[in-house]
Amino acid sequence: MANATKSKSATGPNARPFYAKHNKPQLRDALRRMWLIRRFEEVAEESYVRGLTHGTMHLSIGQEASAVGICMDLTNADYITSTHRGHGHCIGKGAEVKYMFAEFFGKEEGYCRGRGGSMHIADPATGNLGANGIVGGGLPLATGAALAIQLRKGKDVAVCFFGDGANNEGAFHESLNMAAVWNLPVIYVCENNQYGMSVSTERSTAVKDIATRASAYNMPGVIVNGNSIADVSEAMMVATERARNGGGPSLIECKTYRTRGHSRSDRNRYRTKDEIEDWKTRDPIPAFEEELEKFGVLSADEISVVREEVEKEVNDGFIFAQGGTNPVPESVLRDVYTGAA
Amino acid sequence: MATEVILPKVDMDMATGTIAKWYVESGATVKKGQAIFDIETDKSAMEIESPADGVIMLGDAQVGAVVPIGSVVAMIYGAGEVPKAAVPSPFSPREKVADRPDEGLAASPNAQTGSVASPSSALRTPSPNGGRGTNEDANSGSRATPLARRLARQKGISLSAIKGTGPHGRIVAEDVANARTASSVAAPSNAMESQAVRAMYAEGSYEVKPLDGMRRTIAQRLTQSKQTVPHFYLSATCTIDQLIAVRSRLNAHGGDAYKLSINDFIIKAMAQALQQVPDANVTFTDEGILHHRASDVGVAVSVEGGLFTPVIRSAESKSLKRISSEMKDLASRAKARKLQPADYQGGSAAISNLGMFGVESFTAIINPPQATILAIGAAVERFIPVNKQPVLATQMEVTLSCDHRAVDGAVGARLLQAFQRLIEDPALMLVESVKFDNAP
Amino acid sequence: MSGRELSYAQAVQEAMSQAMEADHRVFIMGEDIGVYGGAFGVTGDMVQRFGPDRVRDTPISELGGAGVAVGAAMAGARPIYEFQFSDFASLAMEQIVNQAAKMRYMLGGKISVPIVFRMPCGSGTGAAAQHSQSLEAWFAHIPGLKVVEPATPEDAKGLLLAALDDPDPVMVFEHKLLYKVKGHVPEAPYRTPIGKAAIRREGKDATLIAAGIMAPKALEAATILAGEDIDIEVIDLRTIRPLDTKAIFDSVKKTTRLAIAYEGVKSFGIGAEISAAVAEDEAFDYLDAPIMRLGGVESPIPYSPILEKAAVPQVDDIVAGLRALVKKRF
Repeated sequence: MANATKSKSATGPNARPFYAKHNKPQLRDALRRMWLIRRFEEVAEESYVRGLTHGTMHLSIGQEASAVGICMDLTNADYITSTHRGHGHCIGKGAEVKYMFAEFFGKEEGYCRGRGGSMHIADPATGNLGANGIVGGGLPLATGAALAIQLRKGKDVAVCFFGDGANNEGAFHESLNMAAVWNLPVIYVCENNQYGMSVSTERSTAVKDIATRASAYNMPGVIVNGNSIADVSEAMMVATERARNGGGPSLIECKTYRTRGHSRSDRNRYRTKDEIEDWKTRDPIPAFEEELEKFGVLSADEISVVREEVEKEVNDGFIFAQGGTNPVPESVLRDVYTGAA
Repeated sequence: MATEVILPKVDMDMATGTIAKWYVESGATVKKGQAIFDIETDKSAMEIESPADGVIMLGDAQVGAVVPIGSVVAMIYGAGEVPKAAVPSPFSPREKVADRPDEGLAASPNAQTGSVASPSSALRTPSPNGGRGTNEDANSGSRATPLARRLARQKGISLSAIKGTGPHGRIVAEDVANARTASSVAAPSNAMESQAVRAMYAEGSYEVKPLDGMRRTIAQRLTQSKQTVPHFYLSATCTIDQLIAVRSRLNAHGGDAYKLSINDFIIKAMAQALQQVPDANVTFTDEGILHHRASDVGVAVSVEGGLFTPVIRSAESKSLKRISSEMKDLASRAKARKLQPADYQGGSAAISNLGMFGVESFTAIINPPQATILAIGAAVERFIPVNKQPVLATQMEVTLSCDHRAVDGAVGARLLQAFQRLIEDPALMLVESVKFDNAP
Repeated sequence: MSGRELSYAQAVQEAMSQAMEADHRVFIMGEDIGVYGGAFGVTGDMVQRFGPDRVRDTPISELGGAGVAVGAAMAGARPIYEFQFSDFASLAMEQIVNQAAKMRYMLGGKISVPIVFRMPCGSGTGAAAQHSQSLEAWFAHIPGLKVVEPATPEDAKGLLLAALDDPDPVMVFEHKLLYKVKGHVPEAPYRTPIGKAAIRREGKDATLIAAGIMAPKALEAATILAGEDIDIEVIDLRTIRPLDTKAIFDSVKKTTRLAIAYEGVKSFGIGAEISAAVAEDEAFDYLDAPIMRLGGVESPIPYSPILEKAAVPQVDDIVAGLRALVKKRF
């Protein structure tokens, strides 16, 4: 039934921590965000293939559970850094789609006032230190944010999203080592979608599971099903608790998959259609909806309402962005430096 | 960057050399190291190689001509460069030095002090390492620093008139400063400084018009003339009724073909008078008096802001119609400031006519290197005694200025007399070399 | 005017100490800066005064370390990151150039990166090719960075304090041979403005521009030339990016001749930028000679002391160069 904040069966003895710890509004919001990511990515893709957006984009369709599961319990004082495939993380951390669309269209209303584009979307006001165009670029940055928290004796955490590709960058190793040596409140979240750009983790990485590398840096490393929001969230709860209480860093490896290519220009020559189709059956959103209905958190009707809300929000956001303000050429030098250029 | 081909110094004590033979022609493609000409020195001939790849354009150094070492004898243009058709060499007789629009002296009399020698800038010392590059080819002028250029521009001095003391003959500011004081050698030490002059007038009671190239040149040269040439003056009154009548009759037949002016007759008369008194058709130099063969007569033309004196060459042999049309052309080009140096350089005598302003007589200043100038006054009607009876006649007074270094009193007087006879009886101009019964 | 004298290294330390006392957000990280006191002794005993958290030794991880400093700056701290040698900044180029320099711009002005990178630079200690470079020009080429190079103890303190105030990334180049040089340093904190050159010696025959170690060499050369009646105006840039073009142009217009002396390799270096800037400005029409660059030779810095000296401009080279420039032999 929908009128109780916690459904009876969700709080039963078999309830997992994800359903025990989160109330209905929180769970509803988690689903909403997953849909928001999904529909946003699809509309972004649509606008790209129609030539409405400049540059390229890296879609995270299929990885929504990872983004939302990690971010849903973070506050605005907690930091995240993200990757070039960061739209989902930004929305997970509370970004509004209308300002994201505006950024894609290069408008002044965009999160980066049109200067950053898809790969650099950020919202420092809510602790989102941004997507990053350099693989491995965000690893030291998140570690540094955690250092700043520690120096001011805060209870906040820094979360670093990175992909399987980044785990072979020097920056990964240097960052994890320092985080462990200094016991920093940082959580490294690897979304292992099994391919860097075209080279699989099998062919590029000496170990089968990236989580194994955590032990090389003397920190806990766990593997979770990246397509189950409950799995992801529960691992995150543990890691966050540890970090906030001075227990230091951890690594969470979310095994997941991106059903789209690396970027729009990817011809997908490096994998089979069968593999892609197989993973589509493990779509995290229907799986979550099923659980919500099964545990009596949300009815089918309520889920429909969520979808409709999301649809409206995405459409409105798109229209808002299309009517945005183009930057004037004379403003090209603005914000190279703070204050006078 | 086009590469200069210079006549190199190949022997220790060599100052000049001769091009004995060219192996290539203008427009040929040459390769670095390829033999392009033979140089002959006091000692022996030697093959000279091309310093670069490209298309070679030869200068007009003739085979056999003696050339100072370091002179540019050809240019090699690389890929993408446009070869210039002519590469004037430093010793060609008529250097078009004042053609450059930014030199500021586009149409003024010969800025160089009367000589036809080449400007020093074309004789560039070679830069063997090519380090500084040839950013200007031999045709387009001097190598100068930006500051030197700006100063020269401001002062209206042509860079080609300045010798550079910087590396590779580069003109520096100091050279421009020195050039200015050198060319104002005619400015005597007791000429008032402009500050002192201005101090004599109330502030705001005058407007300063800066000196342009022409004004500066006029000031310079005429001061020099007055100070260095010993002028004397001879006057005569010419009765010109016959002249007027002849002109009128001839012009009646002119139609569109010609319209003769009094001045045209005056030019012809002067030219012929100079032929009849060859001792007056001269130019003074330290090394000797030049006795000109032809009568090149300069004619003063007033233009806005100054004057020019274009020259009618060999005027004694030209018809009135031809003199007339040449004058019209020269005058219009003078007013448009489109005269070439060839139009106004040289000449042996000049004519200046201020009669149209009602000036009855005046004395003109000689334009060196000419030795005389004839000042023409207005036509005036007056009664003159003819056979003791008063007759109305039209007369014009003419005054001949002479350079006493080359033209003595009697010579000048005979010139004036010859002129007078021809102008008073124009038909005499039809006869060549009319001899008159005149006392020496 | 004299009185309180500190060495350049002491002046740098004093700046950092005073900054850290005044603002709890300031901290230092780098290799061997703690108990060891820094490879050039700059941090000295700071770890005893401020503790190992704020004077923090890092593992040998220049890329990670610099990036951590950048991230900390983005999260509200005011870090100083010390590279043990400026040559090692090359390991951290990703974080300096792609992240720190561009973060504000890419994020539409929504964040600043108030980080200071300090590093010893230059040759003359026999440290050879990989420990002796002058790479200021690399960083001066990146919009979003500021680059300073103090030549005196007084400016070392003043510029570092100014850099710490600055909300944008600042690279501070400290020439190794300057660390022991002593000079007057006021005790109370003060700032030397970033972007303003100093005219160390007025002159009328030529302008000689220098930074870092070249500034004292330039002054020495000018003194020698004064004995030959050649009067050189010496400008100590102090800041490389942004260049104090006004000071440069004004001086060139006065003297009509320009030379730039720098240790960095001659080609594509700071001399090239200054030459081009002058050539584009109306100062061009005041030049009475080509612009002379006295830069490092086109080779890595050699080990042998004879070759090491020959690889960068020395006082003699500056004297000979300026003499030729003024005497119309260039």
